[in-house]
Amino acid sequence: MSGIDQSKIRNFCIVAHIDHGKSTLADRIIEKTGLLTSREMQSQVLDNMDLERERGITIKAQTVRIIYRANDGEEYIFNLIDTPGHVDFNYEVSRSLAACDGAILVVDAAQGIEAQTLANVYLALDHDLDVFPVINKIDLPSAQPQWVKDEIEDVIGLEAQDAPMISAKNGIGIEEVLEAIVKKIPAPSGSPENPLQALIFDSLYDSYKGVIVFCRIKEGRVKKGTQILMMATGAKAEVVEVGYFGPGQFIPCEELSAGMVGYITASIKNVRDTAVGDTVTDAAHPCAEPLPGYKKVNSMVFCGMYPADGAKYPDLRDALEKLQLNDAALQYEPETSVALGFGFRCGFLGLLHLEIIQERLEREYNLDLVTTAPGVIYRVYKNNGEMIELTNPTNLPDPSEIAYMEEPVVNAEVMVTTEFIGPIMELCQERRGRYLGMEYMEETRALLKYELPLNEIIYDFFDALKSRSRGYASFDYDLKGYEESKLVKLDILINREEVDALSFIVHADSAYERGRKMCEKLKDEIPRHLFEIPIQAAVGGKIIARETVKAMRKDVLAKCYGGDITRKKKLLEKQKEGKKRMRQIGNVEIPQKAFMSVLKLDDK
Amino acid sequence: MKKIGIYIHVPFCVRKCFYCDFLSFPAGEEARERYINGLLREIRKESVRYKEYEADSVFIGGGTPTVLSGEQIRRLMDGLKDGFSFGREPEVTIEANPGTVDIGKLESCREAGINRISIGAQSLSDKELALLGRVHSTEDFLEAYGLARKAGFRNINVDMMAALPGQRTEGYLDGLKRVIDLEPEHISAYSLIVEEGTPFHDWYGEEGKRRKGIPAHFPSQLPSHLPSEEEEREMYEKTGEVLEAGGYDRYEISNYAKPGYECRHNIGYWQRHDYAGFGLGAASMVDNVRWKNSADMEKYLRCIEDGFGDAKEEQCVLSIKEQMEEFMFLGLRMTEGVGKDDFYSAFGRSLEDVYGEVIGKLCGQGLLTDGDRVRLTPYGRDISNYVMAEFLW
Repeated sequence: MSGIDQSKIRNFCIVAHIDHGKSTLADRIIEKTGLLTSREMQSQVLDNMDLERERGITIKAQTVRIIYRANDGEEYIFNLIDTPGHVDFNYEVSRSLAACDGAILVVDAAQGIEAQTLANVYLALDHDLDVFPVINKIDLPSAQPQWVKDEIEDVIGLEAQDAPMISAKNGIGIEEVLEAIVKKIPAPSGSPENPLQALIFDSLYDSYKGVIVFCRIKEGRVKKGTQILMMATGAKAEVVEVGYFGPGQFIPCEELSAGMVGYITASIKNVRDTAVGDTVTDAAHPCAEPLPGYKKVNSMVFCGMYPADGAKYPDLRDALEKLQLNDAALQYEPETSVALGFGFRCGFLGLLHLEIIQERLEREYNLDLVTTAPGVIYRVYKNNGEMIELTNPTNLPDPSEIAYMEEPVVNAEVMVTTEFIGPIMELCQERRGRYLGMEYMEETRALLKYELPLNEIIYDFFDALKSRSRGYASFDYDLKGYEESKLVKLDILINREEVDALSFIVHADSAYERGRKMCEKLKDEIPRHLFEIPIQAAVGGKIIARETVKAMRKDVLAKCYGGDITRKKKLLEKQKEGKKRMRQIGNVEIPQKAFMSVLKLDDK
Repeated sequence: MKKIGIYIHVPFCVRKCFYCDFLSFPAGEEARERYINGLLREIRKESVRYKEYEADSVFIGGGTPTVLSGEQIRRLMDGLKDGFSFGREPEVTIEANPGTVDIGKLESCREAGINRISIGAQSLSDKELALLGRVHSTEDFLEAYGLARKAGFRNINVDMMAALPGQRTEGYLDGLKRVIDLEPEHISAYSLIVEEGTPFHDWYGEEGKRRKGIPAHFPSQLPSHLPSEEEEREMYEKTGEVLEAGGYDRYEISNYAKPGYECRHNIGYWQRHDYAGFGLGAASMVDNVRWKNSADMEKYLRCIEDGFGDAKEEQCVLSIKEQMEEFMFLGLRMTEGVGKDDFYSAFGRSLEDVYGEVIGKLCGQGLLTDGDRVRLTPYGRDISNYVMAEFLW
């Protein structure tokens, strides 16, 4: 293996806006290079979590090594690193890019450049990658390849006239892409003789092998027995195995050397020791300095997660522990709620990350969860000079102790066709956005720049954006910092009892509107009881909105179904079953989904 | 001898009503004859199992059993008499719809041994009858009722429906009073329930409002709303008042009878007596085993005619817990409620022991009264499904 010719290696990734066909192109490349027959191809090979396939998104970075015999008669080794496509996972994207030497930019022939196209391209260029464009979906009736080529040249400044014109879905033009990879993506540099310097771009926990570190060897070599050092975390271990990535499997090899992409196992028990972005070196002959760009990932969005059945608390704890092994960005700590009992306050990269963790807990660990409204980290400055980082609204100190509060703010870019500029600006305005400017990409499309409070976009901003632009707007953001803001805690009272799990922090000016919508939504979610139930929203003890759930509907004069008792029993069971998924709060039973559904409040 | 009730299902009607989700459909003469022959075969074959039993009630339900000819009904009854031994005065009921009976057929029924008739009037307003998709008019009902008396029926039930689209309490009560004036021995009064898969569901959905895009022209004018909750409740309360004033006792949630005329067959269901069902989709419970015949006509007939395979489906041996659940949710339908000593003799455990907590809670909510017997309060009757569901595990 050590005899690999470095000039025949191509390490690359594919970048694209969501839905522009990144994973499908990856599939075609794998298929064309004969790694799998098309019979064996499950669509989207690299997205191997069920959840990824269903949602059509990539959550974890995936990597595959393939052999391609090019038209020049030589065999090339391709390491294709598939990157997560969502803004929540920007840091992972940037680390994956750092492991590559080049990138394929996939642009949809009908839609052209979108917000994430730009964000990802700039990210790739920042990492000094050689990027070449590919025009996908050329077989769509609405395809306008020439327009898209011109746009790529005008907006991004990449040569695009000779871009391969392909349909990944229907296997058109894939050969051309493979040849372009050989010609346009540079071979890796670096020398096997230098001290080991390898970039961790992902890691996962395997119950047999322990932590498996995915890395790109920049300099030097690593093999079984090497004592390695993780430079940022300081963890040390002895290498047990090295190898490369077959589709869906790990293939051990003798040694990884400069230019190669592969994995290392070293009986490391905790993924936290192998932080994405960290540099691996040889403990005995360390490199002079770590690779640049490492940063600790911090959770941006927090919510409470509670087992629906209180007795499942230990199961939830075990499941979170296991998930964390594979997902260093997941944070959790125990908390209790009056309404929901024992649970955890969990931190996520963003709302999508939250939803994914929630779904994985429910599916893979068979847990039934109640999730509270997600929030961000607020900074609460107290009169006594103390500062609290607040992740759970119920911990907000008494208003009399608070000097002021700060909330996180992001720089957001929204790409939109000009006809929807009005509605989108209106939306950003409603969400307390501060207009920074607008750039016309061309006559019909513009890039809107706003500063937005993070807590305004974590709920349903993305949905609202899509619905108000008929799906045409795209969106990207990054954290700017903290700003002082007039924030209040909105409490919800059900049957005159405060439900702590429904409290959240909101800007004072939106409190009334949000309170009103919450009450309306809860009115629909809470089933009728024997008695009338008032639902109230309050700020600082003052009621600002109210709705009422009427008393139970009479099911009088019910028809008798004769001898078919089973049917009657099924009906009763349905009624009873509904009750199992309820939370008892005072003498009111609240369905679990009420806690989550109150998040989707945009009604346009 | 152990007692048993017999249910015979006749899945035929003249035309499907717009609210109906029972197992029933129109069929030609040939199909009816084939079905009767199958039914007789099933009774002959199955009755061997019931040699230890004595039939004390028969209920021929549907559909509209009176779409059968007088001769077919007689053969059916003969088949039952051949297969079963009967008690001294069995209650033998047939369901009938106005427009499908004449004096000859009714007399045949009497001669065959049928002594109770249940007439589906549903409403005494022609407009409402048309709306429900009934095939008869008020006139037809009055005629059928008169003919039934003339044929010698001394035990007549009339079915009435409340909460129909566009119905007002006064109009409904007016119809009910006219029925009382006829002095039937028994009246069943129940609300329209909009069941999935029926035209009514397409028209009104769950919300009770006429859906957008549903033509308002059919059959006359399709009212825009079902009666509101308040109106429905008013109808229900007044139903009790009017019928009790007319000399009828409410002995079950929606059933009223003059003293001594309570329907023995239906009480059997609620008190969990054994019963054997014959025919398409018919349900049975014998010795705490429940089953149902196939609801697929071809399959049912093939099993019966060829003797291969089993028409019985969903056979289920009831656990003690399931028996207790049924004991409660069926027993509570009755005005007399559930007797504590009856519970004890059925299960060898006291009711308090098993359900003390639930009963305590429901009593506290004003839904049950506790004593030697546990009963629904008027309020509990209003929301009986909620109360009954509490007794399930």
